[in-house]
Amino acid sequence: MEILVILVPLALMLGGAGLVAFLWSLRSGQYDDLDGAAWRAIADDEPPQEAPVKR
Amino acid sequence: MQVTRDFSHYVREAGEGVQHIDLAVEGVHCAGCMAKIERGLSAIPDVTLARVNLTDRRVALEWKAGTLNPGRFIDRLEELGYKAYPFETESAEVAEVAESRFLLRCLGVAAFATMNVMMLSIPVWSGNVSDMLPEQRDFFHWLSALIALPAAAYAGQPFFRSAWRALSAKTTNMDVPISIGVILALGMSVVETFHHAEHAYFDAAIMLLTFLLVGRFLDQNMRRRTRAVAGNLAALKAETAAKFIGPDEISQVPVAAINPGDIVLLRPGERCAVDGTVIEGRSEIDQSLITGETLYVTAEQGTAVYAGSMNISGTLRVRVSAASEATLLAEITRLLDNALQARSRYMRLADRASRLYAPVVHATALLTILGWVIAGAAWHDAIVTGVAVLIITCPCALGLAIPTVQTIASGAMFKSGVLLNSGDAIERLAEADHVIFDKTGTLTLPDLEVMNAADIPAEIFELAGRLALSSHHPVAAAVAQAAGAKSPVVGAVEEAGQGVRATVDGVELRLGRPSFCGAEALIGSTVVDPEASVVAFSRGSDRFVLSVRQGLRPDAKAVIAALKARNIGIEILSGDREPAVKAAAKVLEIPEWRAGVTPSDKIARIEELKQRGAKVLMVGDGMNDAPSLAAAHVSMSPISAAHLSQATADLVFLGRPLAPVVAAIDASRKALHLMRQNLWLAIGYNVLAVPVAISGVVTPLIAAAAMSGSSILVMLNSLRARTSSREIV
Repeated sequence: MEILVILVPLALMLGGAGLVAFLWSLRSGQYDDLDGAAWRAIADDEPPQEAPVKR
Repeated sequence: MQVTRDFSHYVREAGEGVQHIDLAVEGVHCAGCMAKIERGLSAIPDVTLARVNLTDRRVALEWKAGTLNPGRFIDRLEELGYKAYPFETESAEVAEVAESRFLLRCLGVAAFATMNVMMLSIPVWSGNVSDMLPEQRDFFHWLSALIALPAAAYAGQPFFRSAWRALSAKTTNMDVPISIGVILALGMSVVETFHHAEHAYFDAAIMLLTFLLVGRFLDQNMRRRTRAVAGNLAALKAETAAKFIGPDEISQVPVAAINPGDIVLLRPGERCAVDGTVIEGRSEIDQSLITGETLYVTAEQGTAVYAGSMNISGTLRVRVSAASEATLLAEITRLLDNALQARSRYMRLADRASRLYAPVVHATALLTILGWVIAGAAWHDAIVTGVAVLIITCPCALGLAIPTVQTIASGAMFKSGVLLNSGDAIERLAEADHVIFDKTGTLTLPDLEVMNAADIPAEIFELAGRLALSSHHPVAAAVAQAAGAKSPVVGAVEEAGQGVRATVDGVELRLGRPSFCGAEALIGSTVVDPEASVVAFSRGSDRFVLSVRQGLRPDAKAVIAALKARNIGIEILSGDREPAVKAAAKVLEIPEWRAGVTPSDKIARIEELKQRGAKVLMVGDGMNDAPSLAAAHVSMSPISAAHLSQATADLVFLGRPLAPVVAAIDASRKALHLMRQNLWLAIGYNVLAVPVAISGVVTPLIAAAAMSGSSILVMLNSLRARTSSREIV
């Protein structure tokens, strides 16, 4: 059971890192536009030139 | 006169040498739009940031200070095919956003804590049935406490604060049993850990907070989103006024930047955006949005004009007054205040549930303790069992039962063009069994339509439309639009208050008053509609009469039939004249109608219906409807409504059709049904779980499984509010 000495702090550190990452992403506004973010992921990097887009 | 556009009101400094503006944009709905807008705006030199927010339908722009006029962005967006307008974030919206972020932060903390505590709990649960040493178990419990206690102190804030507020006001709400449950569970767990006990409930307490925060966040997010959409709609109306900034110089400024005492120019065909008094000029104005009256009234020096009035014929100079100075407004405001005060605070379903819930749960816990003591158990064991009862009955599913349905139902309503102003509107709308419609602007459309276009040769009508393009008169605008005219007649001359004339191929064309066109003789034979305005058109010696009026909403008849099919009583209360109301009532087959009704009469009628036990839905748009919108059980306004009415109404619907009224009623009824079902699910869960808890055999494992099971069940059931019901009309 000596392994706990390593595993427990490791687990806590990983959990803490996850929490810090979440708080950072929240602060940097990544949850402000969830609909937009969903689309941005699949947007083309260099879309075709101003083709007449049907709206 | 020089006219400039001035948006400086909306521009703010964002750091060194950078200016920032937010624009509300109409019609952004996909990745394509987003990329198109961002590319199009970034192409403007000196723009440093152009980012679309698809959720709120807004664009944030930053550029090097002093290099660009924001008007340029609006023009660029128009070229790209989007209507945009700058907006000012209301303080209410800022507060909603801040609250929303706080709840998300709490949720994040609680969720991470839950996962980590669970990771420590599962070894304990499995260790308890195998070979775990008591020291190891204590160690794991202390670790759990180390994570759960600070996390609960932080993430529990929304509940603790609300519970404290309720207790200070000597009332109770759902947050009181939640807070008591969480605090007792944590406290007991710490004490038990001291005593090297087998069970601790850190996981249950923190998991409970996580689930409840999900409900709380959804609820808040719905409110935030509604607020954002409302802000956009207000901005996109782009209300500006032509303000005099010099004796002969005017600037088109946003209404927000106009102060009492300013002088604004009101041209024919413009809707007045401010309240004030005419100081120069003479015209006719259409006050139908204020009084419901469709006949024009004369405005001259000294006449009070209200925001929402349409100027018809002449140019006016208006001195802006503070809202309270105007007499008509003062009267309406007084009635509105009375109605708002008299409005008994509606007991929301969640409040009613919690009012029953808290005493029952606390009594059960207390009786459990006493029962075990009487049965001979030790005080310590009895109290542990009592707290277990509190933990297992903690209103996890109950806290999710209503917000989840509300969120999903309001999303569904949003899709059918209805916005919610208040959270409990869904519950109240579901109860409505009698609808009172205002006529002008509600059953009818605010824009004018040509009624007898079919009686006139198409070629003549088109010519009239082209001639009409040269006039700002709203009637002319309606003719031009109905004829689909694009190219104005060359050399057209407008004679103020009379009409437009032009000579084409040696033949004189005239459009305007019947006398202007020499068509008085035709009037008697053509016009039967009491509500219509008449405009004549002459080509050489041929004369025609066009009848122009506000048309009924395209689907009004079908909507009325659909409401009748749902056994909902319908009547019309209008401030307009009798013949006009009678005609509309006849077409729509509404037997009950009253004309010439004053705002206080409308309230009296609503009170009378209330006495009889009816739950009234008031649908109105005029400023004269505002007090009755507040007095009714629940109220709706079209988006074209007067500001005061829109702010008072519980729901606002968009677009030309009236169908959103029925769609909203259907959606809210379904939502209320699901809310009730969810409450029963939550109660059913308690009925099963409480006897287990009372008998003292609950372990943390059972508590965790029962709580998450019931919460997930309720959330899944709420998702059913999303499926749209059958075709409405």
